[in-house]
Amino acid sequence: MSSTHVDLSKRHSETPCFSPEKLAEAQKLMSLYPEGKHKSALIRILHMAEEEFGGWLSIETMDYVAGIVNIEPIEVYEVASFYTMFNLDPVGNYVFEVCRTGPCMLVGSDNIISYIENKLDIKVGETTKDGMFTLKTAECLGACGYAPMLQCGKKYHEHLTNEKVDELIAAYRSGELPK
Amino acid sequence: MVKVTIDDIQIEVEDGTSILNAARQIGGEVVPPAMCYYSKLPGTGGKCRTCLVEVAAGSEKDPRPMPKLVASCSTPVQDGMIVKNKTSEKVHTNRGAVVEFLLINHPLDCPVCDQAGECHLQDLSFENGGEGTRYEEEKRTFDPIDIGNKIKLHMNRCILCYRCVHVANQLTDKRVHGVLNRGEHTEISTYIEAAVDNDFSGNMIDVCPVGALTDKTFRFKSRVWFLKPMEASCECTKCSGKTVLWMFGNEIYRVTARKDKYGEVEDQDGKAGWICNDCRFEKKDPSKWNIIGPRTINRHSVISQGKYSAARANSQKKIENGDK
Amino acid sequence: MARKLLLEHDSVPGIETFEVYKKHGGYRSVEKALKKMSPQEVVEEVQKSGLRGRGGAGFPTGMKWSFLAKPEGVPRYLLCNADESEPGTFKDRYLMEKLPHLLIEGMIVSSYALGANLSYIYIRGEYMWILDILEKAIDEAYAKGYLGKNILGSGYDLDLRVAPGGGAYICGEETALIESLEGKRGNPRMKPPFPAVKGLWGCPTVVNNVETLMAVVPIVNDGGDEYAKIGIGKSTGTKLISAGGNLVRPGVYELEMGLSVEEFIYGDDWCRGIANGKKLKACVPGGSSVPILPAHLVTKTAAGETRLMTYESLADGGFASGSMLGSGGFIIFDEDQCIVRNTWNFARFYAHESCGQCSPCREGTGWMEKVLNRLEHGQGNLRDIELLEEINKKIEGNTICPLGDAAAWPVAAAIRHFREEFEWHVSHREESQTRNYGLLKESLVG
Repeated sequence: MSSTHVDLSKRHSETPCFSPEKLAEAQKLMSLYPEGKHKSALIRILHMAEEEFGGWLSIETMDYVAGIVNIEPIEVYEVASFYTMFNLDPVGNYVFEVCRTGPCMLVGSDNIISYIENKLDIKVGETTKDGMFTLKTAECLGACGYAPMLQCGKKYHEHLTNEKVDELIAAYRSGELPK
Repeated sequence: MVKVTIDDIQIEVEDGTSILNAARQIGGEVVPPAMCYYSKLPGTGGKCRTCLVEVAAGSEKDPRPMPKLVASCSTPVQDGMIVKNKTSEKVHTNRGAVVEFLLINHPLDCPVCDQAGECHLQDLSFENGGEGTRYEEEKRTFDPIDIGNKIKLHMNRCILCYRCVHVANQLTDKRVHGVLNRGEHTEISTYIEAAVDNDFSGNMIDVCPVGALTDKTFRFKSRVWFLKPMEASCECTKCSGKTVLWMFGNEIYRVTARKDKYGEVEDQDGKAGWICNDCRFEKKDPSKWNIIGPRTINRHSVISQGKYSAARANSQKKIENGDK
Repeated sequence: MARKLLLEHDSVPGIETFEVYKKHGGYRSVEKALKKMSPQEVVEEVQKSGLRGRGGAGFPTGMKWSFLAKPEGVPRYLLCNADESEPGTFKDRYLMEKLPHLLIEGMIVSSYALGANLSYIYIRGEYMWILDILEKAIDEAYAKGYLGKNILGSGYDLDLRVAPGGGAYICGEETALIESLEGKRGNPRMKPPFPAVKGLWGCPTVVNNVETLMAVVPIVNDGGDEYAKIGIGKSTGTKLISAGGNLVRPGVYELEMGLSVEEFIYGDDWCRGIANGKKLKACVPGGSSVPILPAHLVTKTAAGETRLMTYESLADGGFASGSMLGSGGFIIFDEDQCIVRNTWNFARFYAHESCGQCSPCREGTGWMEKVLNRLEHGQGNLRDIELLEEINKKIEGNTICPLGDAAAWPVAAAIRHFREEFEWHVSHREESQTRNYGLLKESLVG
């Protein structure tokens, strides 16, 4: 169970690097905090890094962020492993996070999860062979009145039915829906 | 100065003193146990909840009782406060509960654990724990790992007191281990394979209340109660050089800092007597030490000298007196 | 229809833009407060209004503000808690999505009242698209002179920023929120010291919920006394309710405190009853942390009085037969729902969200989840039910922050009111696996 001996799957083959624009954005975010409090921007920069470097945070990515924020790498690992939005393992192009908490469960989220598992032929936590989709579950995402629902990137997809899931997968596959 | 009453004993302490430290000034039975608080490491405390006490009256000005038990290590005393520790049934029950929580995922490996005999969790369970376990689920497990070439981390045994993290923050120049994940998956780790390598990293072993961090130069060599603790000193450029040597015959089995009855390092020359890794790991040759003489271990511990027999005598007396 | 203070214009097209918002009376409170009122006068109006924190605890906002320490030369901060993650609650999301300028307006007036010159909206990371909406609105407000230096020539300066979380329910606890805002793990702090004395970066800090800060706007516009006229007793004003579960018309509603629960569930202007013509089995009226109520205690109290949507009425009967208004996350369970399954689901939520810092919560929530998992899946014993009650009592009150209590209460209440259903899962192990809804109770209400 220990995550200490990290296998190679948690590594990127090359050192990630923000574009000059992204780097400037990160530096701007840090400068918005009072002097000496720039570490406060860490979570937001981690979101940026995750988006830029394949949807997950490799050890290299976290070390890179530690360098930008000027803190020890362990401080980044501590934070990144605390918050559920940060993926510490590689993910597919599109990550479906289906809410599984009470109010969603009452109106059928369990069925939606099974339906996606069958449709994509993966279990929760897995990625399709073509690397397109990763299926995860999430705790309450604040869409209880529009349940069942899933989040993909910034987007919420609500009032899900099997048919809607079919349409959604097709739309992401064809590129009709942007990331 | 403020007046506080703990288990019917009144004491005057400095403003801002925690309930726990006020109790330590009284000493003896009124002192609540502490698994995470460590007075020499600012910022520790509040997490393990073993030091919970009942505040029967908040202060002279506002004598209302506090609705919940409070962590005595991180609650400052108020003038006129009345605290109940040993005299509170509620404290007794809830401390037992905390012990149960600390034990549900803790392995029952005392027979092979180097900490046995000087383990604070053992003492705590002995004094406050119940018999048997009601936990029928699978315990969470981790592989033991090396963090640095002299320290072994047995995460299974860890109670997440965070003391070792504070040692790394406060005594070393660079922290490479920390607290990862969350909830019941929380663990102490380096995440990547990194060595904790610093002149003072060995102090993590001394502050660990359980057998989670152990000295690799001592592992499985001997039970602590077979060893003779000797006070010793040496000329050291990095630390005070004032240590305890744990000896068997003329052989030094391990070296630790000098610790008080609460398991905390004693002050040496006016500051906390942390010792350096050279003294701890490298000087196993008696000729390198000036051996002062036997050290009395004043720990409130199960296996401290006489403790077992005292406890037995005590219960014997209770039986004779017809007590429960 | 009921009076609306916050959602009056939520359906106006373009209301999320400065222009449209202003045209519908927006930012009047800023003009009034900064030009005609002293900070202390704003605080007094909020005190008069009887406004109570809308995040869940219901603590009087004016009193919270009055606790703020004001040492010379030390900055003070106002933080907006937009980390909405209590299961069943989605009102803040709706408010921010539709009315970002109402939040900005509330924050300007409240920051002025507290003497803060730098304020933050801490928003849960999953609401990243709302962060974009808020930042766009903030840019507009800066451009129009409502944020930044010398706002409307009043001499008052305010910078307002948004900071996202990373996915952690615990960051809704105010000291965990502060830790997270500082770029750390969301571990709640030991109290004392309270944030009012030592909060963000060690400075005096007030943390208020989105809806609370928005409610300050009508309070300043119309006066605290006007606001206090709405509602009953100590439940003043309007309250946003997020209604979910098995309802005909779930969604976000603004109601005047004092509406009857029955009217809210069945009324044509409100949720229009239980979905699919089913019967009501139970209700969690204030978010997953509050005690569940069986059908016979939902619309009436144990004493037979009409249950109202107020802090007091929902709590009537204490834990024995009452619940709490909490965050207003109103969850309805129809006759097909299994209480054991739902209790396990909530327990799994709390185990997942425990920060892991203190032992009773870290170990206790995980333990409860495992025992409930077994019970739900036909592997439980009768003594497991007693064990759950025991674990419950041992977590409650012994933790650093209220998450421990929040995890314990729903389990305790479910066993209190639905013990037969838990026992049925033990006595009918196989049947409990094929039939989801457990035991039908005679007390179901149509």
